[in-house]
Amino acid sequence: MIIGLAHYLAVAAILFTIGVFGIFVNRKNIIVILMSIELILLAVNINLVAFSVYLGNLTGQIFAMFVLTVAAAEAAVGLAILVTFFRNRGDIAVDDASMMKG
Amino acid sequence: MALQAIAFYLMAAVTVAAGFCVVSARNPVHSVLWLILAFFSAAGLFVLMGAEFLAMLLVVVYVGAVAVLFLFVVMMLDVDFASLRQGFARYMPIGLLIAAFLTAEMVLVASTVANQGAAKNALNPAASGTGSTFSNAEAIGRVLYTDYIYFFQAAGLVLLVAMIGAIVLTLRHKPGVKRQIVMNQVLRTPKTGMTMSNPKPGEGIDA
Repeated sequence: MIIGLAHYLAVAAILFTIGVFGIFVNRKNIIVILMSIELILLAVNINLVAFSVYLGNLTGQIFAMFVLTVAAAEAAVGLAILVTFFRNRGDIAVDDASMMKG
Repeated sequence: MALQAIAFYLMAAVTVAAGFCVVSARNPVHSVLWLILAFFSAAGLFVLMGAEFLAMLLVVVYVGAVAVLFLFVVMMLDVDFASLRQGFARYMPIGLLIAAFLTAEMVLVASTVANQGAAKNALNPAASGTGSTFSNAEAIGRVLYTDYIYFFQAAGLVLLVAMIGAIVLTLRHKPGVKRQIVMNQVLRTPKTGMTMSNPKPGEGIDA
């Protein structure tokens, strides 16, 4: 039983779909939405690393590193916005966050 | 080879199960803990593929920084999480439908690419043993600091901007708290810091 490229791609596809599904069902809870985005980025990273390893090209791993950087930055800024939002509203329900329309 | 297959299926199953628990857990604190498990087992998958450096990076950055950040925020905010779960059952069927379609399509494309497409002749480095003589970390360092040095610097800039942005967004000056303002201290002159008065004897100064 040889574990090939397709196995890793399938795992990444399932993980990506779980992330999309999480955004669908947790429309009010922005914390879980942010975690779902992290899952999606993790799935992308698995894809990049799998192709990088199986094609013998390191560029994929370098790119995965940059994706990791952007994911960390995105989480930090997203959570900061969330904290500010909570201070202003006392609530984090985002489905009616239309007050920013001005 | 059988050991590799067992390890792969174990870690893949744990990753997927933990990922599903992240989106379906009732308590967001549990979600974060499942997320940590998902990252850990994904790091295991990376090790299995031979990308040790990325695996350690995943553990350090995601588990050490991002997940702990999530944990802090979830525990800091005093939110009624039960009310945030409204609509979970309502969006469940359509979500499952789309998820099923998306998975089927992506797995189809992935297997086609892996078996017939551009990656048809992909070699398994663990099996063929044609890997380079460097370790994974050394090989990454050799290209990261030469070919990709500008991208590396740009990544540092992204992190700097994110850090400044997060601080600016969350910094809050409470009114009524005395704080040291160095510029005002430096700009102080005898003229502004001192008043001359000529009190009469026995009366003192009404400050």
